[in-house]
Amino acid sequence: MSDLLIRGADVLGEGTAHVLVVDGRIAAVGAAAAADAPSGVERLDADGLTLLPGFVDLHTHLREPGREDAETIASGSRAAAVGGYTAVLAMANTSPVTDTAEAAERILDLGRAAGLVDVVPIGAVTKGLEGHELAELGLMHRSRARVSVFSDDGHCVADGRVMRRALEYVRAFGGVVSQHSQDPALAGPQACCHEGELSGRLGLPGWPPVAEASIIARDAMLARHTRSRVHVAHVSTAEGLDVVRWAKAQGIAMTAEVAPHHLALGTELLSGYDPVYKVNPPLRPTEDQEALRAGLADGSIDAVATDHAPHARHDKEHAFVDAAFGMLGLETAFSVVHDLMVRTGRMSMADLARVMSTGPAAVAGLTGHGRPIAAGEPATLVLVDPTAPVTVDRATSQSLSRNTPWHGARLTGAVHTTILRGAVTAREGEPTAC
Amino acid sequence: MRHLLSSADLTRDDVRMLLATAAEMHEVQHRDVKKLPTLRGRTIINLFFEDSTRTRSSFEIAGKWMSADTINITGKGSSTSKGESLRDTVMTIDAMSVDCVVIRHMASGSAHQVSQWVDASVVNAGDGTHEHPTQALLDAYTMEQRLGSLEGRRVAIVGDLTHSRVFRSNAITLRTLGAHVTLVAPPTLMPSGITAWAAADGLELTDDLDAVLASGPDAVMMLRVQRERMSGGFFPTPREYTVGFGLTRERLRALTAANPEAVICHPGPMNRGLEISADAADAAQSLVLDQVSAGVAVRMAVLYHLLAGEEVAA
Ligand SMILES: [Zn+2]
Repeated sequence: MSDLLIRGADVLGEGTAHVLVVDGRIAAVGAAAAADAPSGVERLDADGLTLLPGFVDLHTHLREPGREDAETIASGSRAAAVGGYTAVLAMANTSPVTDTAEAAERILDLGRAAGLVDVVPIGAVTKGLEGHELAELGLMHRSRARVSVFSDDGHCVADGRVMRRALEYVRAFGGVVSQHSQDPALAGPQACCHEGELSGRLGLPGWPPVAEASIIARDAMLARHTRSRVHVAHVSTAEGLDVVRWAKAQGIAMTAEVAPHHLALGTELLSGYDPVYKVNPPLRPTEDQEALRAGLADGSIDAVATDHAPHARHDKEHAFVDAAFGMLGLETAFSVVHDLMVRTGRMSMADLARVMSTGPAAVAGLTGHGRPIAAGEPATLVLVDPTAPVTVDRATSQSLSRNTPWHGARLTGAVHTTILRGAVTAREGEPTAC
Repeated sequence: MRHLLSSADLTRDDVRMLLATAAEMHEVQHRDVKKLPTLRGRTIINLFFEDSTRTRSSFEIAGKWMSADTINITGKGSSTSKGESLRDTVMTIDAMSVDCVVIRHMASGSAHQVSQWVDASVVNAGDGTHEHPTQALLDAYTMEQRLGSLEGRRVAIVGDLTHSRVFRSNAITLRTLGAHVTLVAPPTLMPSGITAWAAADGLELTDDLDAVLASGPDAVMMLRVQRERMSGGFFPTPREYTVGFGLTRERLRALTAANPEAVICHPGPMNRGLEISADAADAAQSLVLDQVSAGVAVRMAVLYHLLAGEEVAA
């Protein structure tokens, strides 16, 4: 089933239009699409809905292999489809780590078996994420998984020499290193909170913003030196963003992503020591949130990435410093970004498509995602309802975990239908079996 | 009062009431038979994930003197163990229908978290580098015994502020009682964001201990320097720390010259020769042993108001 007539959607750049999908591709857009539609084709009434290219997440933790109690590639794929995603990049910090061609191919295959989104493995930069020896970057790239994004996420590649070699190495095949920018020496092993007045009062060891900015600055210089490409994962501070802007102005091949929670949630939420708000990098003060919103709107930040980090309940029910880092993100990202940035007039819907689809697809080098809505292009799309109210309920999450900070939040803007190469993968909060 | 988690939970009236009760309890300590029936039938768990003979035995004696059943549980519950979650551990204990959990844990905020999971009253007996409210109460009690009201008195708190729960609770309680508080520490041991925090809470900041002593404060509270901080890059050498921030014999003399009534506090255990000289620790102005003695009375007062207050009044 890959033929579909989407009737009367608000199509970016086209106004209200019909879109005919045949054999997984867009056959026609506009009035002619309805006329060309074969009789009996499935019709999808999209009155009041907006049609965008499907979302791409540069930063997803799927926990398989190793922690299938927290998430599997299948459950994460369901969450992604429901959230409007058609591709997710799966971070390498699984157990075992994705640091070989075989491990990458296994994730690719499990993603295909789930069949709801393109699950694209990210390869580790260093063996075992230990930061010392390069993983088999070239073999991972040459594998069926065609790995081109590499990251030790969860850890910073702190050793400048290792980072330099990684950048030199991936340049040969157009790869990119996604860096968890955080100098571990500037924080200490127990850091779990933004360093500032609140961390001082709460007695929580903090990460100063300079731990982020200084690594971004170093990596910018290394990217320039190696003429290679570096991507800043989850930038969280105004200082870090300043360096990204500087690097871009210099013509350095640096891109950056921001997580919805860093845009929307402030460090003050930690005052109750609730580990649901414990993320790495940490929630920052209002000034940083404002800077990130501005950076996303003006194009300094290329992508919204969820850093979807499912955790079993018992891994969050420790004392704050001992609890696991991370929160869910795939199912709520669109609503959060839409509510915060588009509904308020900070960004247009076209901007949203740039930061949630075309921008991240470009960073990851995905040619089948983030495409224009035009005849001949893959029908990899999402229909969203900009006016629908959403009340987040963690009980209805497709994830195996429940660690969402948005539980009970009322937002405006919902994902309606997700379409991967002509096949509907989710409709109104429910994934479809493919 | 349901829990005692932070010194900030206590109003001035609360503190006054607790200190008044502590004074009554202190009398009991001087009786031949140190036993009140007040908490008969009540069960108190001392849940100590971190060693502290001093604080644990102080709570234990406080409970026993009021006829409560007190049980000590010492856990490993490390900062890195991935075993049983804190919630599971605590829920097991709560399922035994205890009335009060006195918790000491190496993680900041743990007492606060535990209070949201259990039905029992929770007393924070020290959570990481966050707070230690009963220590602040016993310090206030001890100082008042010697100085009278702390309203308008000047107290200097000296040393490793960053890692000190004693400092955090004391700064709050002393301000609640109307004292002026000056914080003295090297810049590396000042908590992050302290400038804004101090401005908001009316605390003064300095790294010049000599100037503070010369101004004749009414009390000087020396904080313990943890051994593990000495190699943590917070200060170059113990010798340099002592020269800058130790209460040496010379500084004791300077303090006494500036204010003959001034008292010295230390939460113990002391590093003699590092943050405090033997002369200062053993001086007539030193309240160190009074602090220990007051600890039991203050904890009796806290347990009394948490567990017996209403019924006794009724
Ligand atoms: Zn990360």
